[in-house]
Amino acid sequence: MMTNPGNRLTQGQFSFLPDLTDAQITAQIKYALKNGWAVSVEYTDDPHPRNTYWEMFGNPMFDLKDPAGILMEINNCRKTFPNHYVRVTAFNSTRGVESPSMSFLVNRPKKEPGFGLSRQESEGRMIRYTVHSYATDKPENERY
Amino acid sequence: MSQSTEKQDNSPIVLPDDTPVDLDAEFRASNIQEVLDKLDRELIGLKPVKTRIRETAALLLVDRVRKKMNLSAISPTLHMSFTGNPGTGKTTVALRMAEILHRLGYVREGHLVSVTRDDLVGQYIGHTAPKTKEVIKKAMGGVLFIDEAYYLYKPENERDYGQESIEILLQVMENNRDDLVVILAGYKDKMDRFFYSNPGMRSRIAHHIDFPDYSANELMAIAKLMLAEQNYRFSQEAEKAFAEYIPIRMTLEHFANARSIRNALDRARLRQANRLFAKGKKLTKLDLITIEAEDIRASRVFQEGKLDMDGDEMAEENHRNAKS
Repeated sequence: MMTNPGNRLTQGQFSFLPDLTDAQITAQIKYALKNGWAVSVEYTDDPHPRNTYWEMFGNPMFDLKDPAGILMEINNCRKTFPNHYVRVTAFNSTRGVESPSMSFLVNRPKKEPGFGLSRQESEGRMIRYTVHSYATDKPENERY
Repeated sequence: MSQSTEKQDNSPIVLPDDTPVDLDAEFRASNIQEVLDKLDRELIGLKPVKTRIRETAALLLVDRVRKKMNLSAISPTLHMSFTGNPGTGKTTVALRMAEILHRLGYVREGHLVSVTRDDLVGQYIGHTAPKTKEVIKKAMGGVLFIDEAYYLYKPENERDYGQESIEILLQVMENNRDDLVVILAGYKDKMDRFFYSNPGMRSRIAHHIDFPDYSANELMAIAKLMLAEQNYRFSQEAEKAFAEYIPIRMTLEHFANARSIRNALDRARLRQANRLFAKGKKLTKLDLITIEAEDIRASRVFQEGKLDMDGDEMAEENHRNAKS
């Protein structure tokens, strides 16, 4: 049974929807800026769900008023890493929150091989499960 | 906004030539009159500048109406250069300009980011580009005001990083015309030299506005406006004294128009405070808000025909006097 045709990575917001257009991304960033969150662009080619810390593409952008600057940075990142996952994160620095309030993908590789499930038999009849991305069999930067 | 224009571009409707145009309604809807009035009220003199701003505003308004009629869709070049001597109100006008452009919908946010060479140019190789880009990103959706822009270009040092900054600026001024408006400001002769050696910059700037020096009468009006803002006023004799002060100060070196006037007033306030303190007896509210002739006439400009000292030097001098 194919539950996720195309093996599209589903992490962060909107990931079950078709890819966001630039206008939609701009609208989302506008919302983040309106709330005073610092927006940053990050990329990776290791899509494992527990890979939390992606590489930062430049510093987080503080004190911005308009999404155009961030969109420029996103497009720069897409140009540099056309076959990586790129996500936009909005960091909320409110005391007591201090964590990302938004995070969504803005770029994904053309072909996503998806994840395999490996089973390890251990004591008794116990089975341990591991999620493994087929892409990570290859070394970094050659995965997609 | 961009969505609505897309819709218009897609629709093949061509309006007949005699479609009525209501410029007045458009003008009222944009609320620019309010900004222009404020400009008139708060800025004394500067006739040519105000005329140019009015013209620019009219051009932008007509362009906007044309766009509605599906006439031309290219966005006009709005980058400007403000040239003039120190203290002629370049920064203030830039602030108003940002507001006007915002009301007309040519910039989305209407904020002003004011920078100088230090904010754009880095200290080592590879430092300049990220620094300039960060400033540009902050200014997007508003106006980037580069004060003393000619410092960006230093012809005597060919390895100066300023050139790199100029190249990035040029690229953004061309490619992100919808996102940001750049205003360069500086002294006339130095800016002319800057544009002469950077023809790319010159050709990308459509509006060159020259700020004239103020006349003595205009400076007097500015002084009164400044005092009124701080809840002070001249006594009659003080006004006479200040009217004498202005022409003398104008002939001295380092004269910076309105800025010199502001400094002179600041020193007068200092002397007024000293005088009130020394007087020591019961004061009234009137005493607190009135600047007397003696506060003005104590200036070195009157007594020795020299410049007044700055705050620190003055304190030092007082200290010395007290000792001897």
